[in-house]
Amino acid sequence: MALASAAGARMMRRTIYAHPSLFLVIGLLCLWQIAFWLVGRDALLPPLETILYLAGLLQTARFWGHIAETGTAFVIALAISVVAGLAIGLALGLNRMAAEVFEPFLLAGNSVPKIALYPIVLLIFGIGMPAKIAFGAIHGVVPVAIFTLTACSNVPPILFRAAAAMRLTRWDTIRSVLLPAALPDIFSGIRIGFSLTLIGTILGEMFGSQRGLGYLLMTAIGLQNIQVIMSVTLLLVLVAATVNTLLLAQDRRLRNPATPSQAP
Amino acid sequence: MDPQSPIHVSLRGVTKVFVSGLGRTHALGPIDIDLRRGEFFAVVGPSGCGKSTLLDVIAALTPPSQGAVTFEGRPIGNTVPDGVGVVFQENACFPWLNVADNITFGLRRQPVDKTEIEQRLQYALQLMGLQDFAHAFPSQLSGGMRQRVCIARTLVMQPRLILLDEPFGALDQQTRLLMGDELLRIWRATGATVLLITHALDEAAMLADRVAVMSARPGRILEVIETGWPRERDSQIVSVPEFGAITARLWTLLRAQSMQALRPEAV
Amino acid sequence: MRIALYRLLAVLLPLALLEILCRDRFITPLTLPAPSQILLGLWAVIEKGTFNAAILKTLTNVGLAFVLSVVVGITTGAAIHRARLLRALLEPLFSTYYAIPIYAFYPLFIVVFGLGDAPQVLIGFMLAVVSMIVSTLAGLDSVPPVLGKTALVLQLGPVETVRSVTLPYAAPYLFTGVKLAVAYAFIGVIGAEFIMSGTGLGYEIRFAYDNLDNNVMYPLILLILLIAITVNMSLDRWEWRLRARRGHG
Ligand SMILES: Nc1ncnc2c1ncn2[C@@H]1O[C@H](COP(=O)(O)OP(=O)(O)OP(=O)(O)O)[C@@H](O)[C@H]1O
Ligand SMILES: [Mg+2]
Repeated sequence: MALASAAGARMMRRTIYAHPSLFLVIGLLCLWQIAFWLVGRDALLPPLETILYLAGLLQTARFWGHIAETGTAFVIALAISVVAGLAIGLALGLNRMAAEVFEPFLLAGNSVPKIALYPIVLLIFGIGMPAKIAFGAIHGVVPVAIFTLTACSNVPPILFRAAAAMRLTRWDTIRSVLLPAALPDIFSGIRIGFSLTLIGTILGEMFGSQRGLGYLLMTAIGLQNIQVIMSVTLLLVLVAATVNTLLLAQDRRLRNPATPSQAP
Repeated sequence: MDPQSPIHVSLRGVTKVFVSGLGRTHALGPIDIDLRRGEFFAVVGPSGCGKSTLLDVIAALTPPSQGAVTFEGRPIGNTVPDGVGVVFQENACFPWLNVADNITFGLRRQPVDKTEIEQRLQYALQLMGLQDFAHAFPSQLSGGMRQRVCIARTLVMQPRLILLDEPFGALDQQTRLLMGDELLRIWRATGATVLLITHALDEAAMLADRVAVMSARPGRILEVIETGWPRERDSQIVSVPEFGAITARLWTLLRAQSMQALRPEAV
Repeated sequence: MRIALYRLLAVLLPLALLEILCRDRFITPLTLPAPSQILLGLWAVIEKGTFNAAILKTLTNVGLAFVLSVVVGITTGAAIHRARLLRALLEPLFSTYYAIPIYAFYPLFIVVFGLGDAPQVLIGFMLAVVSMIVSTLAGLDSVPPVLGKTALVLQLGPVETVRSVTLPYAAPYLFTGVKLAVAYAFIGVIGAEFIMSGTGLGYEIRFAYDNLDNNVMYPLILLILLIAITVNMSLDRWEWRLRARRGHG
């Protein structure tokens, strides 16, 4: 009897180790349900109801309009974040002097609560699409730039000496030595930039927009509409977590080129 | 049992099998050896044969899978016995403490008074040639100097059994010879039992009273060779004809084992 | 030295340009007052002390969120480090945590905890604590096994080992966590004040924005930026000195 339960426990452990994310999701759903029982219907919706409500929302054209609006703003903001972040990071990464001068500004920019800047963004761009794009990009560009810069300065100097010994041109050195060597770290920067741009875009919509998921969230907050709050939040968390998990898997693959792509 | 018995440490049927998610690694044994009180005992063996594991088992840092270890007549438990000092193969300096604080780290946690600590510190600094670096941090030292800090840290505790795992691995050949002389002096002065693990055959042949040769993994003792050196000796013995004979004997034993360790599938 | 000069120039030149543009009315004061105006405004705000209560409230909440997250983060991190199964389970949560828009939970906190300071502190805490946990785990992972063995040889107990071997070794990682925790506590608290709250600097900025009161809004924004940057730079300094002592770059 005791032996059987010990074997069962071992089996359970092994299953958990094999699929941690699955069990994490189950655990979080249980916690959610328990929290619902604790605080009641005024503050929370139980998991199942939230999912059903979200499914209902997803069948209305208006909701998809909001999603399209947020999606457009986000994609443009992400493109700006990545392109500008890479440009800044590489420009500084290739020039030691510039890096020394500007790195503290980047780090300071990272530690600042960017939400405080939103009135400025609104005053410059007015309410609407450009403001949320700008707000998303403000959030995303700094981490991409910092990671790119760090990635460049972390490339072992011996690789550049080797490149010089093989008489590569400067452009060839950048393309065939610097970028491949720095790619994993740059990719991590893009992954983090992705999350922050999404958060920034949503925040921008909460204050400076009449459309989009952030706007929906903000009006629901004003109306204390728990159903909308919870289902929009769930949707955002699902999308962010899924994309981040995929990017994380790619990130690991870049760091360990030897592991086959099917590996967990 | 008689605490003054000539046997200081004894291993009986000691084996070690590591079990991990990937499977079982039979790393060591079975091993039977007795270390005599106050002797200088060296262990040589091919890389990965379980030398460090053997040291861990003797120091009670890891339990043997089978067999028993006794130290001063008592079976060792699961904590390191009093009177055992260990110098590890890896750098074990504390990077946040300077050399002096590193050396006295253990002493300061013992009921030893301040002046005594200071005395032992100065002695150890001098012995290890670190007088000018008492206030330097480990990151400012060379690899060999860091290893000397670790040796000093062990010596100030005045252990009765000193276990050294390739302590001179990071040193150049000249410093190795000189440190070997120092080790011999310390050994004579303290009367401690010394177990030295090394991959350098000449080092084992020059320093030890007895040299154990281990087989490739799972490490067993192939043979124990008596060197027959007088207690008063130093690195000059490398020029004695017997020295060459002993080293040659060790190499003959080890050659086959080392080749086996390098390509285990071929067996 | 030259670097410091360039840095100064990098700050001053754009400011001077802005100043000129603003004075020429190329940028209207409705959009952005001249930098000199903003500085004067900041001085006035500090001198009059109108916003002292708000400043104090924000700083207290940030401090609370920060201290809580460091204490909880280090203890949780140390505990999870030992519980391997729990860690395997939580690892995916940690790695996606910062992709989750935490602010979306804010309304729930208000319903549960009321309109006091608790929701703001909780948001700051929730943002900060995970970076502290992750840094603690990374720090504990970095401790070489040989130091643990050394502690055993010196017969240190488990508590003494953590206190005088493990934590000191992990200190640089913990410091990174502390720095992140400060930044996140700021971001969380001020963001929460913005979204929905009746007190604090974030609220005051929003209020001024809604009333088009640029003479208050810009100085307050500047104040927040200055506080955040000063704290961050002092921590950097401190960390740099700690590392220099150990001799790491
Ligand atoms: N904690 C562990 N878990 C699993 N296997 C281990 C562990 N420690 C050591 N081993 C295995 O045990 C064997 C012996 O290791 P050990 O470190 O004792 O060798 P060694 O003789 O000291 O080698 P070297 O001369 O290179 O230091 C090796 O095959 C190693 O892979
Ligand atoms: Mg070894």
